[in-house]
Amino acid sequence: MAHHVLVPPLTEEQVRALHVDDTVTLQHRLFGIRDATQIALFDRGRTTRLDLRGHAVIHTAPNVKRMPVAADHPTGYAPVCIGTTTSMRMERFTQPLMSALGVRLIIGKGGLGAQSLAAFGTLGGAYLAIVGGTAALETTWIEAIEDVDLDDLNPESLWQFRIRDFGPLRVAMDSHGGSLYADVDTAARSQRAAALAALGVR
Amino acid sequence: MTLRIEPDRLVEVARELYIRALKKLPPDIKQGFADLVRRETRAGARDVLDVMVRNIAVAESTDNLLCQDTGLPIYNVTIGRGVAVDGVALKAALREGCARATREHPLRSSVVHPLTRRNEHTSCGPGIPVIHIDFSDAFEGLRIEMIPKGSGSENNSWLKMAIPAEGSDAIKRFVIDCVLDAGGKTCPPTIVGVGVGGTADLCVHLAKRAATRPLGTVSDDVEGARLEAELSKAVNLLGVGPQGLGGDATAFAVHVELAATHITMNPVAVNMQCHSARRASALITDTGIAYGY
Repeated sequence: MAHHVLVPPLTEEQVRALHVDDTVTLQHRLFGIRDATQIALFDRGRTTRLDLRGHAVIHTAPNVKRMPVAADHPTGYAPVCIGTTTSMRMERFTQPLMSALGVRLIIGKGGLGAQSLAAFGTLGGAYLAIVGGTAALETTWIEAIEDVDLDDLNPESLWQFRIRDFGPLRVAMDSHGGSLYADVDTAARSQRAAALAALGVR
Repeated sequence: MTLRIEPDRLVEVARELYIRALKKLPPDIKQGFADLVRRETRAGARDVLDVMVRNIAVAESTDNLLCQDTGLPIYNVTIGRGVAVDGVALKAALREGCARATREHPLRSSVVHPLTRRNEHTSCGPGIPVIHIDFSDAFEGLRIEMIPKGSGSENNSWLKMAIPAEGSDAIKRFVIDCVLDAGGKTCPPTIVGVGVGGTADLCVHLAKRAATRPLGTVSDDVEGARLEAELSKAVNLLGVGPQGLGGDATAFAVHVELAATHITMNPVAVNMQCHSARRASALITDTGIAYGY
């Protein structure tokens, strides 16, 4: 259970050094991505000018405020409240996110499934669990919105955040086939009979 | 004496309620966290609960939203005794207040047309905000409850048209299986809302009412109360835990709301509320507006 401070862009080797139950604090840069962003990129053939190679993405669509363009708000947006959405809806996008855009880490809540776990193993990636529903805290780890692309999809644009001390996050799926979600699901299903017995269900 | 409520006042109340609900968690939910932390036996799960509790404090100290998901806005209006209000104007005022909160705070509009996926950036759209209007002779004035319903929990909603021969065992089995299927996707610990009986649509509505009922309240029906007590214990035997990462604290509680049903029917619905179980209310009387939860 090691702690890693990571400053993307990351190499495959750095990501493969992560194991389930390790913790990670991320520095410098993070990209925000969501359902509509990935539908646009992978189903509708749109492209982005932003370079995600070796980077981490977070499943999010932020609350933002329009501001005059300035050093602190180069995009004309200031963060209001930035948190994390349920990852599982975006399960089928993990593989293209990694193979086509070179993403190495996905931050989300609730976990991803077997396809993503396979992609992490084959391509060298990991899933970092954040505590969902704690956006007020998460927002304090975000310094600025550095860039934005595909902004016609707002709030599901492709966001580039400048971050500081983002975490600690928990490695919940790794490149070695480990998944806390699969482990918990198996254990919980093994308790099903006991729960039904407690309810007097025959 | 009749209290006349002007629509302009309601616009302001609807605006204020949306923002309040997003920022401050009700005391019963805070107490629910304290109870779960005390009972949790796994250290990892306690850490996750601690982050959630810390977030509640950060939201209050930074005057920020608890969660980025501004949800689907729901307004539950109860018209008490001695009130005169124009119903059509009331609905228009709630819509306007919802849109104003979104533009003026500003809030992320999480609402899109279901086919075009177009976002008007007002948190409004066809049929949204959801507005329910009911009547009560229990109090004087007009009460509005606002619930921003997050999608992580709402996406985990189920209806089963079980049959009488399956009995209440079908209801219990269904609830357990829904909690297992939801896993961490609903942002547990949740309030598991169970609707029992009614028509198909009423059953789902009852589940929503159950999921958004304050913690500590019990079903009005004796059998319903018994069922929710049993289910509350049982779901926390599963070990799904906070965020689906394992632990005792899978749910704050299971709530049951029921209605009579047809002799041939045995419907059960499940709707969940995430740990950011947000709601705010306002009571409008002749002495003014009192905000609460």
